[in-house]
Amino acid sequence: MITLEWVYMLAGAAFAAFALLGLVDRSNPRRLRNALFWGLMATSMWAGDLLGDFGNGLLVLALVAIGGIGLGRGTRGEVAPVLRAERAAMHGNRLFLIALIIPATALIGTFLFKELPALIDVKQATLISLALGVLLALATGLALLRAPPSLPLQQGRRLMDHVGWAAILPQMLASLGAVFAIAGMGEAVGTIIRLGIPEGSLIGAVIAFGLGMALFTIVMGNAFAAFPVMFAAVGMPLLITGYHGNPAIVSAIGMLAGFCGTLMTPMAANFNLVPAALLELKDDYGVIRRQIGTALPLLAVNILFIYWFAFP
Amino acid sequence: MWVLLGIAVIVVGFMLRFNPLLVIMAAALATGLAAGLDLVAIISAFGRAFNDTRYVSIIWIVLPVIGLLEAHGLRERARALIDGLRGATVGRLLTGYMLLRQITAALGLTSVAGHPQTVRPLVAPMALAAAEAQAGDLPEAEREQIKAWSAATDNVGLFFGEDIFLAIGSILLIKGLLEQYGIIVQPLQLSVWAIPTAIAAFLIHGFRLWRLDRRLNARRTAEGAE
Repeated sequence: MITLEWVYMLAGAAFAAFALLGLVDRSNPRRLRNALFWGLMATSMWAGDLLGDFGNGLLVLALVAIGGIGLGRGTRGEVAPVLRAERAAMHGNRLFLIALIIPATALIGTFLFKELPALIDVKQATLISLALGVLLALATGLALLRAPPSLPLQQGRRLMDHVGWAAILPQMLASLGAVFAIAGMGEAVGTIIRLGIPEGSLIGAVIAFGLGMALFTIVMGNAFAAFPVMFAAVGMPLLITGYHGNPAIVSAIGMLAGFCGTLMTPMAANFNLVPAALLELKDDYGVIRRQIGTALPLLAVNILFIYWFAFP
Repeated sequence: MWVLLGIAVIVVGFMLRFNPLLVIMAAALATGLAAGLDLVAIISAFGRAFNDTRYVSIIWIVLPVIGLLEAHGLRERARALIDGLRGATVGRLLTGYMLLRQITAALGLTSVAGHPQTVRPLVAPMALAAAEAQAGDLPEAEREQIKAWSAATDNVGLFFGEDIFLAIGSILLIKGLLEQYGIIVQPLQLSVWAIPTAIAAFLIHGFRLWRLDRRLNARRTAEGAE
């Protein structure tokens, strides 16, 4: 039976390739650190179940240490813009069709594999289909574009260098949520928040959740980081356990309420300050000023959506 | 109540722009110690959760495909599509760009467009040209505003398109976090609930762009009447 383990084997192979190609990339002065970092990720994917809890913890500490002192970025494998333009003209919209294979396979597989419980671990149908989609897109791309098989890995390594340590941020935040849960964070914050929400007011709790997501995101500049906090504080204890809200809807739209906060904060420099500099605006906050008028009504809409959809 | 220290650490750490990986680790240690756990127990709990949520990081297996396509001109092709919007009013141009950005992001192609890739070289100059065709020469302050609208539209399109893709970081983060609380959801159950907000974002931002068009056109008419 095909399980998530197979996907981990594939992901481990990808990370191992990024590590090895990084190791021999002389254009990157910190190639050793990059190789170690992605090598540890490959180890985690391949052998995480054998390392034990404490072993995995040490692996995370090593990742944090290497990421903390900083990874490098190699320039090897960059394709000249003239050549890319030439190829774009030759291949046209076929390029989008190849990219479309991934989400299409993931979507079809999610529904189709439900009918094949003997072959596929149904609980993980989407992630398995996603991996299958990647392999299909890769095979199609190599055939249609007549590219050498080594090209995708080298290009993947180049893009991985650009993402850097931020690649493991979502996984780290999900894990932090586990420590929050063990420590009883939800009860602690919930007690305080409940002081501010009228007892038994569902709309009050939903507003606290949506506004809290936006406010924490404004302060931290990152909705991903705000989510474990607000989920432990209001989402889980009040909306899901207390009022029996649909967890998928509460979380999905709650995250988007956080994104409204991202539109309004200079802390999200990549999205709000860097473009102002790129466009040579005199007002650093020029982009944020244009976004507030969309962010505030959209935040209100998100709060209403949670209230309507998650509590039938 | 001391476990709240963990939240304080993460908020202050992100605010002061320390490396987020270090901040997360410090927050985990502070929370665990405050709850009376010892160091080994905290590291083990974190390690166990990290291993259980490995699927959050499997999205990176898409990079070789994206890299292959980009080496063959995917971004240049995206630019050509945006270039096809030339000649419209600034409001329609930016609305069209927002739609393109939402759709490509929903397909997982978050990096085919963006501030360095498309906004600075393409969208902002096209928006300026369109605005000046509508309202005549613009004072510097308004030229700045039009450029800022271009960047803002890119952000809105990206943020409220990407979560429809069922294997984006935020969706997998939610799946991983819910699992720590014993709730199992499929990525698709989460990503379909990004669709209502995506439509609302398009309508709200699109309405504001339509009003921008009206303001610029009204000025042309007013000037013509003088």
